[in-house]
Formats: sequence, C-alpha cells, structure tokens
Amino acid sequence: MSKSIFTAGPTGEKIRSDCRVSYQSGSKPLNIQVNSKVDVLFGNSLKILVTDCLNQLGITSGDFVLDDFGALPWVIQARIETVIKRAKPDVATEILPEMKKHCLYGTTREHFRRSRLYLPGNQPKLMLNAGIHKPDGVILDLEDAVPPGEKDAARYLVRNALRTLDFFGAERMVRINQGQRGLDDLAFLVPHNVHLILIPKVESAAQVKAVDEQVAAIMKATDRTEPVYFMPILESGRGILKALEVAEASPHNVALAIGLEDYTADIGTQRTVEGRESFFARSMLVNAARAAGIQAIDTVFSDVNDDTGLRQSVQEAKAMGFDGKGCIHPRQIQPIHEAFAPTTEEIEKAKKIVVAADEAEQQGLGVVALGSKMIDPPVVKRAMRTIKLAIDTGIIPANWRQEGNH
Amino acid sequence: MSDKYEFVENAVGRRVPKIVNGKAQTPFQGVAKYKPTGNRVAPPIRSCNDYPLDGNKIVPSIKDALVKAGIRDGMVISSHHHFRNGDLIMNQVFDAAAELGVKELMWFPSAAFPCHAPIIKHLDNGVIHHIEGSLNGPLGKYTSEGKMRGLAVLRSHGGRWQAVQDGEVHIDIAIIAAPTADSFGNATGDRGPSACGLLGFGLVDSLYADNVIVVTDNLVPFPCIPWQIQGQNVDSVVVLDKVGEPEKIVSGTTAITKSPDRLYIAELTAKFVRAAGIMQDGFSFQGGAGGTSLAFAIYLKEMMKAAGVKARFVRGGSTKYLVEMLEEGLTDYILDGQTFDLDGVRSMRENPGHVNTSPFTSYNWHGKGNFASMVDVVVLGATEVDVNFNANVVTHSDGQMLHGIGGWQNCLFSKCTILPIPAFRDRIPVIVDEVTTLVGPGELIDVIVTERGIAINPLRQDLLGATKGSGLPIRPIEEIKAEIDDLVGGAPEKPEFTDEPIGIVKWVDGTVIDTIFKVKPKVS
Repeated sequence: MSKSIFTAGPTGEKIRSDCRVSYQSGSKPLNIQVNSKVDVLFGNSLKILVTDCLNQLGITSGDFVLDDFGALPWVIQARIETVIKRAKPDVATEILPEMKKHCLYGTTREHFRRSRLYLPGNQPKLMLNAGIHKPDGVILDLEDAVPPGEKDAARYLVRNALRTLDFFGAERMVRINQGQRGLDDLAFLVPHNVHLILIPKVESAAQVKAVDEQVAAIMKATDRTEPVYFMPILESGRGILKALEVAEASPHNVALAIGLEDYTADIGTQRTVEGRESFFARSMLVNAARAAGIQAIDTVFSDVNDDTGLRQSVQEAKAMGFDGKGCIHPRQIQPIHEAFAPTTEEIEKAKKIVVAADEAEQQGLGVVALGSKMIDPPVVKRAMRTIKLAIDTGIIPANWRQEGNH
Repeated sequence: MSDKYEFVENAVGRRVPKIVNGKAQTPFQGVAKYKPTGNRVAPPIRSCNDYPLDGNKIVPSIKDALVKAGIRDGMVISSHHHFRNGDLIMNQVFDAAAELGVKELMWFPSAAFPCHAPIIKHLDNGVIHHIEGSLNGPLGKYTSEGKMRGLAVLRSHGGRWQAVQDGEVHIDIAIIAAPTADSFGNATGDRGPSACGLLGFGLVDSLYADNVIVVTDNLVPFPCIPWQIQGQNVDSVVVLDKVGEPEKIVSGTTAITKSPDRLYIAELTAKFVRAAGIMQDGFSFQGGAGGTSLAFAIYLKEMMKAAGVKARFVRGGSTKYLVEMLEEGLTDYILDGQTFDLDGVRSMRENPGHVNTSPFTSYNWHGKGNFASMVDVVVLGATEVDVNFNANVVTHSDGQMLHGIGGWQNCLFSKCTILPIPAFRDRIPVIVDEVTTLVGPGELIDVIVTERGIAINPLRQDLLGATKGSGLPIRPIEEIKAEIDDLVGGAPEKPEFTDEPIGIVKWVDGTVIDTIFKVKPKVS
C-alpha cells in the first residue's frame, strides 16, 4: 500500500482566489483539515463543501487538508476531484457544480470572432471576470497554457467554469490538446455547453473528422442537440498546404485560425514585425477559409504593452481578409474591436445597400438595385454584417434608420 | 471588560460609547445636525523675549528638545504623516521619551504606518498609553487584537483639525518633520533630500500645540522660503542626519493598476462622469493615489482632451498624472492636500498653479466653509458598501481594523461622490447587507462603479436621469449584490463580535458615528 501524499492546486506564495489540497490514504477514519484565509466569512460553508465532495467521491479514510486562499466553490470542488483522482485513479464519480442559467446561452455560425481571449485552463482566477471585458469569445485553454502535469486539473476546472461562470455572451470556446488526449478532453466539454472547439496543430482532414465523430458520439450519449462548432488551427507548413482540405473537413467548421509561433518554427524561421515569413501562410489560410465559406482568424499579438503595434497588426490582418485576432490580455480586446470596425465609407455604402434591400423587399422585388446597378445577394449580406459590426462597436446607433441619416 | 463602557444608540442605529479615553462623547446626530457652540481653543501667550534674539532655536537632539518642552507623564505628542512609510523620526521620539522615563503618553499622529511597528514596544511598556489617529499595518493589527489600553479614535483629516481647534484634543508637544527648515523654525516640505511636497497635516499642530519642535535634515540659512510652517509658532529646531527615507516618502501608491478589471472600472467611472454631464468646462474633480483613482484620472484626461474641456481646479493627492494635466493646460490649478510623487513635489516648487492646501482650507467642518463641497466629482475607495450605500473604509468584512479614514469622510460632501470598487475581492463580496463599520452615511454616497455594473443611489434621481440611455451598465445595487453572492457561493457568514470596543469612528463634526468591536475568536 502506497502512503504517498497527493496534492493539487498552485504552490508558492501569493496565491489568490485559489486553493491547495492534499490527500494521503490510510486506514484510519477520514480526517479533514480546513485552513482558510476567509475562515471568518466562509468557514462553515467550506467545511460542508469539503465533506460533501469527499462523500460523493466515496472517501471514508485518510488525511485530507485544504489550504484556501479565497477560492470560489467550483474551484475547490475541481481541486478536490483532482487530488482524489490522482490518489485513486479508479474513482469515476464527477463532482459537478450546478449548471447555472447564465451558462445556457447559445451561439451561431456567424457569431463575430474578432477577439478571442485565451485563458489558461488551470488558472481560475483569470477566468472569473473574463466576460466583463466583452471579448467575442473566451478560450479556456487545455493545451499549451497548461503544463503536462496539470492537464487533469485543467479538465475539471474548465468543465466547472463552463457550468458556473457567466461569460456575458462571449462564445464559450475551449482549445483541446493534440491527438488522443484532445479527443479525451471532449467528454469534459461537450455535455457542458461548450460552443466551439479549437483543434490545435491540424494537418489533415482526418484530425477534424476524428473530433467530429467523438463529439457526435458524446452528443448522442448526453442528448445534446445544439451543434458544437470547430476552429481548426494551422500551425505548420503541412497544415498550411492542406488548408482547404482542413477547412472543408467538417460541416461544423466555422473558422480557420493560424498559429504563427509554431508555424515559423516549423518552417525554420522566426517571427518578425513585418511578417514577410508568414505572408504566404496567412494569405493561403484566408483563401482556403473563404473558399470553404468560413471565417479566417489571425494569430495572437503577444506584446500586451504595445497598443500601437497591436492596432497596426489588426489593421494589417483586416486588410489581408482576416475576421479576427487572438488576445492574451483583456486590454487588447477594445483596440481589436476598434481596429476591425468598419470605416465611415464602408458604413455609408453598407447603409445605402441595406436601405435599398429593405425597399426592394417592401415592394416585393426579387432584385436589389442601387441606382442603375444590380446588387448581388452576397453583397447585401456583407453590407448587413458591416452595419451589425458598426452598431456593435458603437459607431452608429441600433436605430440608425430612424435618424434619417442614411 | 465591557462594563468599562456605557453605550448609547446614535442617529444611524449604531451603539457608541458615552466616554472614550476619559472624554465625554457626543453620539452622531445626522449628517449636518450637530451645531457646535463656544470658541476655538488657543495656545498659550508667549513672549519673544524668551526666545533667542538671533532667531537660532537649534537644540542638539530630540531628547533635549523634549526636555526643553517639559515632557512629562500623560502628555499628548502629535506628528504628521507626510513622510508616510518613510518616517524615521517618531520611533526616535518615543525611544527618547522612554529613556527619559516618561509614561502614559498619547500619540496623536495624522496617520501611523508599518514603519512605526517598533512603537508597539512602547505601548507594551507603558511609555504610550494609546494612539488616536489612522492606524495602518501592524499598529492596526495590534489594536484589532484588543492589546491597546485606550481606544483608537479614528478621525478624518478634517476631523483631526476640528478636534484640535475645538479643544477635543490638546496637543502638548508637536513634532513637525520638515524636509527643509531654518534655525528659526520656518519650514517647508517642497525641497531637500526628504522632500514630501507640503506639510499641511502638521499645520494645525504648529498653530495650536503648547510646544512645537521642528526636526529637519536640511538646514538652510534664514529665511527658509517658502515657509509652509512659520517659525513664529516654533519652540525649537533639531537637526538630524536623516529624517526620512525618500523612496518610501513618495511611495509605490502612485503606480497605476495593471489589473484589467481595475482598469475597466476606472474607465467606466470616467465614462460615467462624462455621460452625467459633469465633465464640462470649468469643472473640478478630486482623484486619490490608489491605482484605480490614478487610472480614472488618465481616462478622464483623454476624454477631456477629446471633448476640448478644461478643469478649473483639481484636488490632489498630486501625482505625475495631475501634474501633466496642469502642465498641458487641462486644469488651471492643482489644490494639493498631499504630494504623492517626485513630479508632484517638483511641480509644487515650480508651478504657481500648484497650490498647497491644508485640512483647514479643504476639509474642516467647523469653519466658514471648506473646499470639499465645492468639488464637482470625487472618486474614493471603500472596503465595503451596503445596499443603502453606506460605506466602510476602516475595517474589513472579517472585522479587522486595517485602515485609516484619511480625507475620505470629508470628500463625501462633493457634488458627486463615486466609489469605484471591485464587486468582490477573492471570495469576499464588497456589496453587503449592512457595513461592518459605518464610516460614511449612504445619503452622501452617490454612485458605486464595479466591474459588474454601476449602481446609482436612488436619492440621486438627477444622475439616474442624466445617464439614462447612455449605454452604461446602470443596475440596481441589489441586483449586483445578488449576482456576486451567487458567484461566491452565497453571502458570507458574519464575524462574531465581543462587547469590547477597540476603537471609535468620528464623524467630521466630532460626533461618534460608529464603534469598532473586537472580533470573537472563532471556535472550530
């Protein structure tokens, strides 16, 4: 019988909004110790929570210690589940926090994906207020942001975050791991209203199809009916060359993203500010995405202190045809939205087209005309999107039609 | 121990002691209800004949100055906190008092800081009986644990002036730390190796104390210009090698927050000020030194520039950011109450529009007016706010007394008082049913800005009207509270208090608004 002590949770000083747990199995009746920075305010409810979790997991003996630094209940639950499953890998029970109503909203294929905020899957503190910054999407990351030894912990935390946290309308995205581990991640996501899966390092249609099949199986088993969308990430020379194949690999693909750190390493170079080394890849990706009728999403801008650089980078991405950009800090969201906002000329043109389309519809005409020019349906659709974007960015009011300013 | 105290209920339903540290107290009667009578106190008449005709009042050491001042048991020794956590003087003062065998002193600082932790030994050994002043850090903890013999009396900056001029506190010996002084006792804070800007918190001490000692490490030939403290009020001057640690005098409080949530709150606050129509040509605002307040000033500045709006004056806490506004012509004046960084100190020396003020001009309730109520908008912090907009700045939700009041209570009289605060800290909600300690009555607090929305006090229908349709996330305070309570897993339990008071909170008029009780140790 091994008597080693298992632990979960962050180590070191200055832990906030998180907790550390340890468990050592043994034959004596279960001994629970709870130390908390917020003991005066939450001591009683903490004890109930811990006892309840350990009960559900069938723990009746051994020594359990919680060192709490103001963690929210769903975080404590995830940490407990992690440590017990590390100690007893055959325990199958999941500790599921109540699915909150504010976690049940849906998404659409056309959802704006200008900004998507990466949140490390094992750092709950960063998730709590992520939604208030109004990114188009939040990405709970199980892949690169999580060290290999914390992959299990991140799954429980991300699952619980999906069931608990209000992301205020942001699309609920998760980046899964590569390969089999990524397929295994899906069971922790699909039943919990994940909207979109980012699939890393994609180099073939088969990889997307494997995810598609696994998702379909879980949906069937859990009676989920709302689709789960995919955003494959191309991060290698091979991936880029297979861009169209990947883009068309699943009807659930809604966007194609590029990851330039790995891509530039793969082709044997480094990222530069001008980005000449990645021009081909980015252009290839935009073309493949357009050919497949899905969105093209640019890489992250990694210098959080360089606001000017970020804005330039977004302008350039927009000019190349991209629909969105990754963010690693909430302060990047607003500049990205502003840079992706349509220009005054774009808005004015779009207004004319939308008004013409409205009039055509009212008159029962099948064809939209602006002056003597016929307007194709895709152009009308694009104009409507421009208007939506302008309203969303606060450039024009939602009731712009009534103000007589078209 | 509680039978030592007899309590009455004040106008806001709080139990307050009738007698504190041997002095009869008036319970809080309502925001502007208490009417003072009688005259201000005055220091004893002196003759210049008793002072050196050549003006040289230098004595060799702090100890000599204390002896010359006639220090004896039970006296009140005061000090100002412009050196903040870099003060090197007060520990020496009480060490000297201990060497002289003096007991039962009362220390009356405008605030104490972590650097004053060594003073705990003088509370333990009886040199100091108790402290009346803002207690930050270890002294706050010591007092929270009920170890101090007397009660902590927490006053606002304006309340401290009021207490002295009204004779509630008689200062026997005032210690005025001065970055620059002459041998006559004229002193200034705006220059010298320990420059701290101004000396306004020590001004009342210099005017009303029986005996005034100026301590400096930068002696200049008479006259010391400007003379923020006038030598005519000073008894003796002590010259030391070093009076303060400059890097802690102008301390890290002036770093802008990096927290995205706090920045968001600051930006939302600035947007509110703009949307409410407050940000107009000739307006005024007050910003503090906290990270969120600083960020607020920066966002507001950008909005002012974009709208072509100029302020008439800005109340500081001056910092680099306010100085930039002054130097870029975005405000005509900075009316400075304390200087937080070296740019502020420099600007005070160089810019005629950077004016030094005192708690008398800015905050004193018992005067013929003050600046506080003339400011259009002020942003302040808080540890807790309740659903009736009452706020707390001195204790935490777990009952620990950890902060002073500063100018906070005085600032509440601004035309629009905004508290930009996070909706929760770790797991602890900031909006509660009832504040642990009532420091500011809700009727004076107009707006709470959190990352989860803006709550406007229903008493301010004008602000509700002005910001309607602004697109800002304005919500009832109860709704934000419910959201956070749900997030943290239910409203927290309350600490259990003993019946033993450890301190009282004075209102700006000297009445007692609340009592801080010792927390019962939790039995697990």
